[in-house]
Amino acid sequence: MNQSNIDLYTTKPRGRVPNFLFMAFCFLATMTCVLMLLVLIWNIIVQGKGWLSWDFLERLPSRFPHKAGIKTALYGSIWLIGLTALFSVPLGVGAAVYLEEYAPKNRWRKLIQLNISNLAGVPSIVYGILGLGLFVRALAFDRSILSGALTLTLVVLPIIILASQEALRSVPDSIRRSAYALGATRWQTVWYQVLPASLPGIMTGVILALSRALGEAAPLIVVGAMAYVPFVPEKLSDEFTSLPIQIFNWTARPQEDFHHLAAAGILVLLVLLVSMNAIAVFVRHKYGKRIRW
Amino acid sequence: MTDERSKEEQSIEMELGEAAAMKLPRSTSLERGDGLLVRLRPFYEGLIHFSLFICASISVLVTVGIVIVLLYESVQFFFDVSIIEFLTGTRWTPLLKPQHFGILPLMCGTMLVAGGAAIVAVPIGLGTAIYLSEYASPRFRDIVKPMLEILAGIPSVVYGYLAIVFVSPIIQYLFPSAGVFNAASACIVVGIMILPMIISLSEDILQSVPLSLRGAAFALGANKFEVTVRVVVPAALSGIIASFLLAISRAIGETMAVTLAAGATPKLTLNPLESIQTMTAYIVQVSQGDTPTGTVEYRTIFAVGLTLFISTMAMNIIAQYILSRVGEAYE
Repeated sequence: MNQSNIDLYTTKPRGRVPNFLFMAFCFLATMTCVLMLLVLIWNIIVQGKGWLSWDFLERLPSRFPHKAGIKTALYGSIWLIGLTALFSVPLGVGAAVYLEEYAPKNRWRKLIQLNISNLAGVPSIVYGILGLGLFVRALAFDRSILSGALTLTLVVLPIIILASQEALRSVPDSIRRSAYALGATRWQTVWYQVLPASLPGIMTGVILALSRALGEAAPLIVVGAMAYVPFVPEKLSDEFTSLPIQIFNWTARPQEDFHHLAAAGILVLLVLLVSMNAIAVFVRHKYGKRIRW
Repeated sequence: MTDERSKEEQSIEMELGEAAAMKLPRSTSLERGDGLLVRLRPFYEGLIHFSLFICASISVLVTVGIVIVLLYESVQFFFDVSIIEFLTGTRWTPLLKPQHFGILPLMCGTMLVAGGAAIVAVPIGLGTAIYLSEYASPRFRDIVKPMLEILAGIPSVVYGYLAIVFVSPIIQYLFPSAGVFNAASACIVVGIMILPMIISLSEDILQSVPLSLRGAAFALGANKFEVTVRVVVPAALSGIIASFLLAISRAIGETMAVTLAAGATPKLTLNPLESIQTMTAYIVQVSQGDTPTGTVEYRTIFAVGLTLFISTMAMNIIAQYILSRVGEAYE
């Protein structure tokens, strides 16, 4: 489809002006998106860079902006991500393997599938309410880091399941058939052939889901993350705070200094997110290409 | 003598050993250990099958859990507050005396933010999707798409920060009557948040329109603009609308940005320069305080959560239904 060739045959003159205007509009829209991203990131860097230091990572929260740091929030976030990964990865990958490799293609499977896609669209704060009712109250885990991690698990589970299913689906059927032909059982086929082959895709999905969990604040606030936690969590039943919650608290205050702190906290959070994404890209690049069918 | 014989025997033994090793590398293990494994295999496989089934069932249990938790507390809430007052009341002051439990102000705030976000995001999003799908060179697309992915990966609390520190001062400068907290800044940042979703979904849909349709239109003498606007976009329209629905549903459920940007004054207004409160922001407000469990105030968050869940779920289901039928038209 050669543009210039076609234009030669476009004789209607009225078509020309909207053609150009429309393309200009679409191009401007695209540039707006790019520009917005650059402005947003630039603004955060300008506001936060003077406040970012190694000390900032090591200090406890404080009422005085110059003494405040993100130690508890940082450790809280690491705890939350670690626990969430521990709970959500086996569950999510297990569910995906069941749906792709085991489940008969019947209405029950269709129902689960529909349910998972809908769960992916449920607002995260609703998961917070579920966490409050289920983990904090009914199971009496209280406002602990365990409740927080379990709630985040529910938030990211649909994402992990959908990404893993995508990865499993990309493994060609011939691999499974050859394994069966050699006498392998279903689980042996999955464990020794299908899972290793789809691992890069699954890893990418898991990392993206966990970076979502890292940035999530709403469900944690409902579950009861604390505004002020002066110590680093040491066991599952400890109170907790996390980076996004700390940022939220600082942003909500009227004093300008706290906004700079929030920007510095955002920079730390964004660095973490970007490095996680970089790992995902690396995994996809390095291991994704090694498999050839 | 003994030495020689033993050497011979040794060599014979070695040979035998080697031969044995070559012919049946794991004969003994096959007879003993694996035999047991083979006999246990159906049990073992069944166990794995069952545990994977449990994993998959958890997603259903989560949905059931959401519904049960929301309904359980909401029903108790509706013992205290009549459902008619809840749905039609125009004042929402559950935390103040006298208490009023009309959810309309919260609904109105939510719709104002979602609608405003859509006004910001829909033209820009659709324009970008069309540019990337129809006009852009592959190289340009390879540069812009990762940038949009970054935009999609920024946590919502960061957008809240930007609304307060960056967008709100601009709005106050342009419209001096606006407060620090206003619905307009929330609309803008939520609009930016849902942009990547609209773009990537719509672009996928536009790309899926078969080339033959475009070719046929070109062959009839249409130019690029006519092909795009009269053929490609209409062909993809249902999918594009589904992407709008999903994005708006996301805007309805969006929490941190609107909590920070729009303020906490539930108000029945459509003026974007005023401070309002959304359903999600209300839930955050109550969660931050220490409302005792079991009170009416505590139960309001479940009733509001139920309203939120129903409205987003309905939009998602409609969008999923439309998306599941996209593509059938060409087959």
